[in-house]
Amino acid sequence: MSKDAKTRARPISPHLQIYKPIPTMVMSITHRITGGALYFGMLLVAWWLIAAASGPDYFDWVNGIYGSFLGRLILFGFTFALIHHLLGGIKHLFWDMGHGFDKDFATRVARMQPIASAVLTLAVWIIGYMAR
Amino acid sequence: MTDMRTPLGKVRGLGSAKDGTEHFWRQRVTAVANVPLTIFFIGLIIALNGASYDEVQAALSNPFVALLTMGAILSALYHMKLGMQVIIEDYIHDDAWKFLLVMLNTFFVASVGLLSVFALLKLAFAG
Repeated sequence: MSKDAKTRARPISPHLQIYKPIPTMVMSITHRITGGALYFGMLLVAWWLIAAASGPDYFDWVNGIYGSFLGRLILFGFTFALIHHLLGGIKHLFWDMGHGFDKDFATRVARMQPIASAVLTLAVWIIGYMAR
Repeated sequence: MTDMRTPLGKVRGLGSAKDGTEHFWRQRVTAVANVPLTIFFIGLIIALNGASYDEVQAALSNPFVALLTMGAILSALYHMKLGMQVIIEDYIHDDAWKFLLVMLNTFFVASVGLLSVFALLKLAFAG
């Protein structure tokens, strides 16, 4: 990348803020955001495994943090991000094979995705509490 | 249109970045692996919700659970390493920062992977 002032001052092409958000575009953005969140969420998985390998005292302490209100809130968000990214990923695999590109269908899928993610996230947590 | 590529270049099919579709393809392979492995991991967490230390320890030292968990973590780590690299390359235009962050990305993923695998091996073999 050249850094001299002449190059820097050049006009740039319009970016995100200039376009009207449409469902497929919003889902594309949330796919990246959830992916980024899951990247750091992986630390919670690693910490949990380390805690389990470290013995009962440390495990119970970490479990206490995960089980606190804030802990549960973060884990709920983690579950939502994971399921959202999972559904979006499956959609991408179908796209990769050339299916589902019809405009209206793709828009309908994009509208369904956050709803399906929320429903599945709630289902996972309800089953989780029932299995307790 | 005149094709300026050499016969060798055509056979290799790697393009100017010299790695062809490798990044894209590995992203997809790990994505496919992540689907069942993630569902397994969600099921494991559901099954272990509210479990005591002994139950968690026993579950994680089961060979099938340990191997599937390890697979889920390694596949997810490779997948997110590739994904974060694309995010860095998209938004960081300064070469020095880009190099540094792409390298940090690798170190981060390797560290999380080593810690997780070591923890699982310790649970499986040393209790």
